[in-house]
Amino acid sequence: MLLTGWGRYPTVTSQVTAPGNVDALTKQLPAYPRGTRLIPRGAGRSYGDSALAEQVVSSRFLDNFIALDAENLRISCGAGVTLAEVLRLCVPQGLFPPVLPGTKHISMGGAIAADIHGKNHHVDGTFCDHVESISLALASGELVHCSRSENSELFHATCGGMGLTGVIVEARLKLAKVPSVSINTESIAAANLEESLTLLNEHNEKKYVVAWVDCLARGAALGRGIIHCGDHSDAGELRHRESSSIGVPFTTPGFLLNRVTMATFNKLYFNRHSWAAGARQQDYDKFFFPLDSIRNWNRLYGSRGFLQYQFVLPDESAESGLTEILGAVSSAGKGSFLAVLKRFGAANENLLSFPRAGLTLTLDFKFEPSLLSLLDELDAMVLAHGGRLYLAKDARMSEAVFKQSYPNWEAFKAIKDRVDPEGLFASMQSNRLGLSGADMGSSTA
Amino acid sequence: MNILIIGANSAIANAVARRYAARHCSLFLVARNEKRLQTQQQDLEVRGAKRVGIHVLDVLEHDKHAEAIKAGHAFFDGADIDIALISHGSLPDQDAAETDFELAKREIDVNGLSVISLLSHLIPPFKAQGRGILAVVTSVAGDRGRQPNFIYGAAKSLVSTYLQGLRGKLLPHGIHVVDIRPGLVDSPMTAQFEKGALWSTPELVAANIEKAIDGKRHTVYVPGYWRIIMAIVCSIPEVVFKRLKL
Repeated sequence: MLLTGWGRYPTVTSQVTAPGNVDALTKQLPAYPRGTRLIPRGAGRSYGDSALAEQVVSSRFLDNFIALDAENLRISCGAGVTLAEVLRLCVPQGLFPPVLPGTKHISMGGAIAADIHGKNHHVDGTFCDHVESISLALASGELVHCSRSENSELFHATCGGMGLTGVIVEARLKLAKVPSVSINTESIAAANLEESLTLLNEHNEKKYVVAWVDCLARGAALGRGIIHCGDHSDAGELRHRESSSIGVPFTTPGFLLNRVTMATFNKLYFNRHSWAAGARQQDYDKFFFPLDSIRNWNRLYGSRGFLQYQFVLPDESAESGLTEILGAVSSAGKGSFLAVLKRFGAANENLLSFPRAGLTLTLDFKFEPSLLSLLDELDAMVLAHGGRLYLAKDARMSEAVFKQSYPNWEAFKAIKDRVDPEGLFASMQSNRLGLSGADMGSSTA
Repeated sequence: MNILIIGANSAIANAVARRYAARHCSLFLVARNEKRLQTQQQDLEVRGAKRVGIHVLDVLEHDKHAEAIKAGHAFFDGADIDIALISHGSLPDQDAAETDFELAKREIDVNGLSVISLLSHLIPPFKAQGRGILAVVTSVAGDRGRQPNFIYGAAKSLVSTYLQGLRGKLLPHGIHVVDIRPGLVDSPMTAQFEKGALWSTPELVAANIEKAIDGKRHTVYVPGYWRIIMAIVCSIPEVVFKRLKL
């Protein structure tokens, strides 16, 4: 069947299997003929080509809970369980996943493979920092239990390893105890990039901090935005809520998203939030997952899809780098509603995890052929400022850019080659980045 | 509520069981794969089920049906079974079964006869308790014999016809009979199919089934638009229909 990532670019024809249980999976894996390239896939929420290959094994039906220990704040479940399900179960008990990304419709396995982050990275680290152990199905069909003390090398390669070491089948996650899931939020308007950065610094002790940036504003207003901060309210509720959502029933023509409509949207968003700036209490579903209220919002970018571009720059070069990159985006007239700026805390030990201390900016761009050269230019700026790109969003970075910015790639590759000697696990992305098996080199899919 | 589910390993039954687990019901699961049953038991307990029991049964072994139903009663300590859901089935290789009677017979047994056998063991205790709901998952494939799957369809329509009669027969006993006819549902078996707009997820189908059982509906198509699709399919004149490979 035809498969894409969430960005709907690129597209690939794949054979998809969805084993109904772990046994079926471990029988299936060693049966593939030599030379097969297979990648595990969770909820399909990575944006680019990291969960695309000729053969795809879906964790869709490995979605069982194993145990919830409310006293010791632990949950064990299959890799296909989504965070939406975890929330449904945990919230009424005052338990909360310690790290949440911008959508709840991601799988546990995907969250670990991409070592995702949330609005609280500067305080709580990445998702995998709260993963106690995982169970990994290797290419041989063997099940391996990995944690920081058991098979720790494999654990640190698999967390953030984009599914290239094996199929994550189960995981045990530490939960947080929260007084409520109502979030006390505060929104502050920033007139330009400098102010946005200052505000991010000033609110660094707050638990959840994120800035929306108007990437189409130019000149003195370059980098203007709205800083949203939040923390769990002591006087809120512990009710599971799922805000109602509306769907985008079909792919809208891509030309509807153009400079004028996006600039108008951004202006309206900025004005609305700067007018309504201040403190209030918000339901967690709205605070963490505003985009989940529009199902299939990815269809708004037209039939050719879109690319999300997320990079991190170390603190010392962040301001100059951001100015340069935002300037390039703004003068190219490209950009989108979704420009999100966050501060990261220190990096963890996982070999391919994206976050490192500094500032991260996320931009999304409607796909058009001219976009690729702009992104190559941005890559050069990111590298020049000592930064790197997020693999879960990437669909086009070059092998050279990747290898230069992820210095641990060789250590990762050595572990991958050891546990997957025939190179069964490979995605279009890993082929492009030179991370597939030995005989595959860096050929493209 | 006490709920007995036969064919609990199926993606639809699993999703239905999760909905009742969230309502803190007691569940007794009957299915073929023991390991999968154990996984489901754990899962349903975490999701809030009051108690979960499991029992291994291959529905082709008719002589073990009575024992399975009895085990269910024992698990519920003789208390009434509020809902019995029968949802097992298999999708045969139509072409092979057309010329291999043993295979055809086996598929008709799995999808048809075994259901009748199980119901015959459920009817007496349900009559004795004088209440309860018997819900059976059949298929839209039973509405009209179509070229790609008429052996499967024939077995399913056997059950649907049986249920129509049974419904009236059990009415004076306070027992309600629901015939659930799903359309195309995503499952481990269908993972490799291209999914068009007519496909639905087990979770969505399960939500519809729960509503149909709670609302004591008679024949439900899940999702509901399948009623319209099948009405159209059934209204095509035979002269035309026999030439259609749909």
